[in-house]
Amino acid sequence: MAIVVERKRLSWLERTYLPQIVSGLYITLKNFFKPKVTLEYPDQYTSLPAGYRGAPTLVKDSQGREKCVSCQLCEFVCPSKAIKVVPGEISADSEYAYIEKAPSSFTIDMARCIFCGMCEEACPERAIVLQTEFSLNGLSRSELLRDKRSLYAAGGILPDKIMKWKKVKDNSELEGSH
Amino acid sequence: MEAVSTAAIEGSAGAGAFLDALLAVLFSLLAVVVVMTFAGLSVVAERKVCAFIQGRYGPNRTAIPVVAAIPFFGNFLKKNGLMQLVADGLKFLLKEDPLPGHVNKFWYMVAPAMALSPVLIVACVIPFGVYWIDGQIYPMSVADIDISLLFALAVSALGVYGAIMAGWSSNSKFPYIGAMRASAEVISYEIAMALSVLPVVLWVGLSSQTPLSLFSIAQAQGNLWFCITQPVSALIFLVALFAETNRLPFDVAESETDLVSGYHTEYGSFKFGLFFVGEYGHIVVGSSLFITLFLGAWSPFPGLSWPESWGWISAVLSLLTFLLKIAAMLFFFIWVRWTLPRFRYDQVMSLGWKRLVPLALLNFAAYIIFMAI
Ligand code: SF4
Ligand code: SF4
Repeated sequence: MAIVVERKRLSWLERTYLPQIVSGLYITLKNFFKPKVTLEYPDQYTSLPAGYRGAPTLVKDSQGREKCVSCQLCEFVCPSKAIKVVPGEISADSEYAYIEKAPSSFTIDMARCIFCGMCEEACPERAIVLQTEFSLNGLSRSELLRDKRSLYAAGGILPDKIMKWKKVKDNSELEGSH
Repeated sequence: MEAVSTAAIEGSAGAGAFLDALLAVLFSLLAVVVVMTFAGLSVVAERKVCAFIQGRYGPNRTAIPVVAAIPFFGNFLKKNGLMQLVADGLKFLLKEDPLPGHVNKFWYMVAPAMALSPVLIVACVIPFGVYWIDGQIYPMSVADIDISLLFALAVSALGVYGAIMAGWSSNSKFPYIGAMRASAEVISYEIAMALSVLPVVLWVGLSSQTPLSLFSIAQAQGNLWFCITQPVSALIFLVALFAETNRLPFDVAESETDLVSGYHTEYGSFKFGLFFVGEYGHIVVGSSLFITLFLGAWSPFPGLSWPESWGWISAVLSLLTFLLKIAAMLFFFIWVRWTLPRFRYDQVMSLGWKRLVPLALLNFAAYIIFMAI
């Protein structure tokens, strides 16, 4: 059903258009003196909202253990193929040898990453997390290639609620029951 | 005895000629400096005012290394975007100057100069202030001619030739349409503009021998400014001025939404810069005309003028008053631009021919009757 909008007949003064111009000028003048909304970015920083998707980083748990188990799910899910994981073994004399695997190398190409957050969603260990860093610059492409060390440096520690890999009981008990 | 007196006369005549020459040079410099400085400053002002109206800061980062290091002053220049002006100018100068292959080279080259030069010519007849010598009052203008109002109107309308030449020689559609629009607009609003100043001329003619001279028009406003006694004329003139200078809401000649950039689409680097400066120069000169005709020229308030007894101080004050008024007018131009949307081309034409011209005629007739009584 078509709705016919009734147009009011304009008064003589309105048709001269001048009062409208004056009120328009008044509005812009009011805006002229209002505080500015621009954030002067390099000098001022904004507070980022929770859940902001900045650069992906690798995190450690509260014991300082690297959480990534090099399952490569993030590598497969990454839509822009920015992640490259080379799986490796955890050395036998390590405290965490029973976890078996950790990445021997882990690189994210920040020039490729689109900050979609898929890697974070796919990760079963919550080892790769998009954090707040948003200003990524480099003079060359290779400068934007982040290796494992710098990814951990950027990530820091993210304490878990559930300590998935913590031994609750001595594993020997379990072995004995077989 | 005789020899001494002739020598004295000759000496004073020599001094007088020297003073005349000095003043002529001074006033020519004044005209060029005023127009160019204000044109330059209004570019910055445009960006700043538009930014402020839109809740932004505008250019406030460009800095020339050594100058920016000066305490306070450097920061002042930087924050107000004044060094942006230098950067913009340098950019225009240093960019490659493209010459498209399909243009008519001669007219393509002449057009930018044609856009700028009428502005500078008109600036010669505008009395930017007054000074007194031996109780005689003189205007601060390069040429004080009897028909300076006619001269100013005629020459400033020549500016549109720049647009037409540019549009035609560019040999491409958008500039051509832009040029056509510019010329149609200038022709139609020129009539309303000229008709709107006639009552002023009549009024001045009651008391002065040279009613077409800007100087006597300015002097006639010693008591009441013409914008108070003739508000309708002032309004028509102002509207026509906006159209003449191709400013929003009437900038159909270069409306970037439908014509890319109008008549200077094919121009780049310094030639574009000339168009740009010409446009702002036109606004400066147009505002000076408006000020001289309707806003009391150099008198600070209606009914007030700087007293002759203060001599040169008054002269300087009158100049400053005029400059301040130009600045205020420029602000108004910019303010209007960032308030109103652009009119459609047919609206512009019908406003010009169907509203302003009859209104100006009526206004003129009314003043004829009023003055006859
Ligand atoms: S955020 Fe998206 S694009 Fe970036 S590394 Fe993770 S999955 Fe790849
Ligand atoms: S970061 Fe997560 S998803 Fe990627 S390899 Fe390591 S554990 Fe697997």
